[in-house]
Amino acid sequence: MDDLYREQILDHYKNPRQKGQINPSDHSFEDENPLCGDFLHIDLKTDDQGVITDAKFEGHGCAISMASADLLLESLIGKTMDDTKKLSKQDILEMLGIELSPVRLKCALLSLKVTKAAAYDLKEADDDLME
Amino acid sequence: MVQKERFEKIKSDFPIFKRKIHTDQKLVYLDSAATSQKPEKMIQAMDDFYRNSNANIHRGIHELAEEATGLYEDARLRIARFLKVEDARQIIFTRNTTESINLVAKAWGSTFLQKNDLILLTRLEHHSNLVPWYMLKEAKDLRISFIEITSSGELDLVQYAALLEQKPKLVAFTHMSNVTGTINPAQMITKMAHDAGAMVLIDGAQSAPHFPVNLTEIDADFFAFSAHKMCGPTGIGVLFGKYALLEQMPAFLGGGDMIRKVTFEGFSANAIPYRFEAGTPSIAEGVGFGAAIDYLESVGMGAIAEHEQELTRYTMKVLGDEKGITIVGPDAEKRGGVVSFSMDGIHPHDVAQILDSDGIAVRAGHHCAMPLHQHLNLPATTRASFYLYNSIDDIDALVRGLAKVRKVFA
Repeated sequence: MDDLYREQILDHYKNPRQKGQINPSDHSFEDENPLCGDFLHIDLKTDDQGVITDAKFEGHGCAISMASADLLLESLIGKTMDDTKKLSKQDILEMLGIELSPVRLKCALLSLKVTKAAAYDLKEADDDLME
Repeated sequence: MVQKERFEKIKSDFPIFKRKIHTDQKLVYLDSAATSQKPEKMIQAMDDFYRNSNANIHRGIHELAEEATGLYEDARLRIARFLKVEDARQIIFTRNTTESINLVAKAWGSTFLQKNDLILLTRLEHHSNLVPWYMLKEAKDLRISFIEITSSGELDLVQYAALLEQKPKLVAFTHMSNVTGTINPAQMITKMAHDAGAMVLIDGAQSAPHFPVNLTEIDADFFAFSAHKMCGPTGIGVLFGKYALLEQMPAFLGGGDMIRKVTFEGFSANAIPYRFEAGTPSIAEGVGFGAAIDYLESVGMGAIAEHEQELTRYTMKVLGDEKGITIVGPDAEKRGGVVSFSMDGIHPHDVAQILDSDGIAVRAGHHCAMPLHQHLNLPATTRASFYLYNSIDDIDALVRGLAKVRKVFA
């Protein structure tokens, strides 16, 4: 537990850096995890070369899901859309640096699913995006 | 006083409380609405069955087969007595509450309901008393309306009375909500339904384990519940149905045990209750269920209800005094041993995870009642639910755990 709620995660949950909206955005997506009631909407802004210049999220959920979204979006600024499409479950786990049970894994990976769905401009997201 | 002493010793009847959680934490189990823990006596009865009496039932002319059949059928008799049901043929063994409700939807609903017929459900239902009816609605083109709840999570009986004027064919409701803890006035709801010409199905998953239920008095047509929430094993449940109704219903699943005669041309269905019990049933689980009933009766259902009421009153008082905690549902007097709550700014998953680190097991989420949470405008809640083995110490541990949650998120 002490590991799960380590300082970095609690800090990003309590003081999110990327919370907000981008209007108009270049890529947006939102989805929920109905089992937990978590909801996440993200907006991405890109330049002509496809480099992400800003990334914001709105949502509600547990500390793991919200901190994961904040950390992920913060790390994406300066990266390209291609980098975003290549993101994997492993990248998120390394970024969070914590061990997660299968149930909590879903919380952590909602941000990955929503971000990749935005990068691919999908209409609907499926769980393959969380791999 | 004798009763108080009995409850102080009850934890020792349940071997699981000897284990530690996360290496050295005492188990504080507050998730009995999901499933109950199991007493030594029930575990022993199943173990003994497999060691000494195991055989298939209702067939085979040998001592073991007769013994196994006797033990299994004896459990049926004990369950009938437990619910004040005179004719034990009205007790059908199923896998669980969900299968019992599906049995009624499929065997009764598909046969006797017609296009545009109305079914009444309530806003309190969990998924197992919603989805079988949604499926039946689609298959038969039926209508479904909901009995509303008041702001304190009780059924709105005035609105219910108005709905009855539309002549529903069935009213299906939970005896006790697994989210708000609300105990519904089952006898009154049933009487009102019958007066309007409707059948009644009661979801007793949370009631049969926790307080005395008299099905003769309530007079419901169907009553469904599971063994695993009442000190029994998983994999076995019961559907009570009135004999005259069961007799008119076609078989549910096909196979062995449910037939009287099979030829290459067809079959004729067996008598009640076997018509609805296709294939080899959960025999050891049936025996275990019987032992669980014996155990509960040795403590006394009235005493269990009183004990849980005391825990619930205490919990609502101490949590009600805490800042930033909102309890869902009615006053302690109108509910069973279930207290769901939200904490300002902290998601239930985080609450449950931090409680778990101290060995405290609660449920976090929507407790299989997603529509009710939406209705109450709550994404999710944390739920503490009690049973006979819980004590005031467990609630105090919960309160200390919640203080820790607040500290982590301060």
